[in-house]
Amino acid sequence: MNSSQQKKQKIFSWAVNLGAVILLYAVLLFLIGNGTLKRYEQGILMTICINIILAVSLNLTTGFLGQLALGHAGFMSVGAYTAALFSKSIPMADGPLKFLAALLLGGLMAAVFGILIGVPALRLKGDYLAIITLGLGEIIRVVIENLKFTGGAQGLRSIPKLAKLPMVFWITVCIVAVLFALIRSRHGRAIIAIREDEIAAEASGIHTTYYKIMAFTFAAFLAGIAGGIYAHYLGILGASTFDFNRSIEIVVIVVLGGMGSFTGSILAAVVLTLLPEALQRFSDYRMLLYSIALIGMMIFKPSGLLGTYEFSLTRLLRRIASPFTGRYSSGEGKREKLRQTEEAKG
Amino acid sequence: MDLIKQLINGIQVGSIYALVALGYTMVYGIVKLINFAHGDFIMVGGYVALTVIPVLVSAGLSPWLCIIVAILFCALLGMATERVAYKPLRGAPKISVLITAIGVSLFLQNLFMLIFSPNPKPFPNFLDYPPLALGENFQISFVTLLTILLSLIIMVGLQFFIQKTKMGKSMRAVSEDPGAAQLMGINVNRTISVTFAIGSGLAAVASVLYCSAYPLVEPTMGSVLGLRAFIAAVFGGIGMIPGAMVGGLLMGVVESLTKAYISSQMSDAVVYGILILVLLVKPTGLFGKNVREKV
Repeated sequence: MNSSQQKKQKIFSWAVNLGAVILLYAVLLFLIGNGTLKRYEQGILMTICINIILAVSLNLTTGFLGQLALGHAGFMSVGAYTAALFSKSIPMADGPLKFLAALLLGGLMAAVFGILIGVPALRLKGDYLAIITLGLGEIIRVVIENLKFTGGAQGLRSIPKLAKLPMVFWITVCIVAVLFALIRSRHGRAIIAIREDEIAAEASGIHTTYYKIMAFTFAAFLAGIAGGIYAHYLGILGASTFDFNRSIEIVVIVVLGGMGSFTGSILAAVVLTLLPEALQRFSDYRMLLYSIALIGMMIFKPSGLLGTYEFSLTRLLRRIASPFTGRYSSGEGKREKLRQTEEAKG
Repeated sequence: MDLIKQLINGIQVGSIYALVALGYTMVYGIVKLINFAHGDFIMVGGYVALTVIPVLVSAGLSPWLCIIVAILFCALLGMATERVAYKPLRGAPKISVLITAIGVSLFLQNLFMLIFSPNPKPFPNFLDYPPLALGENFQISFVTLLTILLSLIIMVGLQFFIQKTKMGKSMRAVSEDPGAAQLMGINVNRTISVTFAIGSGLAAVASVLYCSAYPLVEPTMGSVLGLRAFIAAVFGGIGMIPGAMVGGLLMGVVESLTKAYISSQMSDAVVYGILILVLLVKPTGLFGKNVREKV
């Protein structure tokens, strides 16, 4: 396959996915317009979007970089508080512009914390990294609870509810697209190489510290944005919502979806947000089921639902079209088969 | 006088941390696993004692026996957890084992929330003996005295067990190199089971002592206590038994002094701050040995 063909395919795949997203958006607008999606359902969709952002960003550190971080809720809270304080204090007309500015600021502040925490923490590995991120997440929570300007234990109130579903939908889409582009680029391959074997990656000339901190900081930035959306959706904030359990919930989404699969994270975020709503009668058993699912998943399918497999619309379309065009027989198919046999073996 | 009181308080809490930290450290030393569920074994021990005490009293037995029952129950629970959740994952990537441990911890917490309701329950004060008076207005309560003495005895006993007995020797061997230990005829599975049993038993003792000092039992009590004890274990050098003891005591003293002289809300932040400092300066802890990275 020569490079111009490759380029064509790339454009084709971006176009297909963009088309699918626009279609989804049109359906969403239609459903809001005709009143099927009321406030309650829109709230659930908003939560799904927030969870998707949190899960894909944590997946970057945990799934692709291979560093288990247990303090994601800490970054989320930094972003949430920064964004909320900004939009509460800045005399600017409420609107999408203010919302975006608040989110950006929240994300940047979380990224600053990401660098501050990442530089020392990423010197450690495995268990120690998990503990240190856990500890730092808790420190952030305790400090926010004890500071004056964050409202202390009472939290923040009357934050303008600027988060509107269409806007949040597009923000989520952009974030997922950027992450896909990142992970398929040179930098993404470097990140994956670190996960596979850090020493080998370093020996092949990858600047491991740089990439580790970059991925960690970027994930913190995205978590901050998710926090900002959360703050402007609920209108109130309390530091106790961003505790260890919140971090664990995000880890559960990432692990169940598959560490190293963005589509897996999205799928798991959707399912794990919808499921508790659908099973409200069993809400007492929710966390019990989560924990059993977590243990069972680790024992029987440690790679998660999708593993590192990414669902691809383009591939699906091509497979459907293949009997007519006969083009689905080259590299793509072979690679697929190879992967399947490998999975069967391992 | 106040300082001495705070120090004694700190040593009391510190001995409890040390007992729990020993469990973390022993398990880590032998299977290289951070047993996140260890803190929840404390909670289980508390609930077992809580349920058993009325039964013992109505049967005309001494409520002290609740310690034995709690130890047995927790030891069995620890062994069962290892069999069901951790053993299938031996040799799996660290991240999976760590997540499994978090899963077990969540499971125990939520199970006990379902059984006993999420609300805290008062713990009966069965250690109601007169305090030891040392001078005019200075006394040490019986619970404090018991906690410190009992922990001391247990630590000395444990050190003896690890250094002098056959089982202790095989534990040290397995933690050094499981493969070689197996070749030398050591039953690795049994050694790991015994380690889990001892660690969980220590957690049960800690839980009865803790509940007597702070008479409330709730399903999430384990995660807070466990986390602090874990920090103590890392502080002393995880995998090192003397490290856990020293780390626990130091942690207790630091916490009680922070609460008394700086701010009671910030004590968590100070404790975590110490952990981070230790990890950054000497990642293997006070007593830890540096391990060189091999390709």
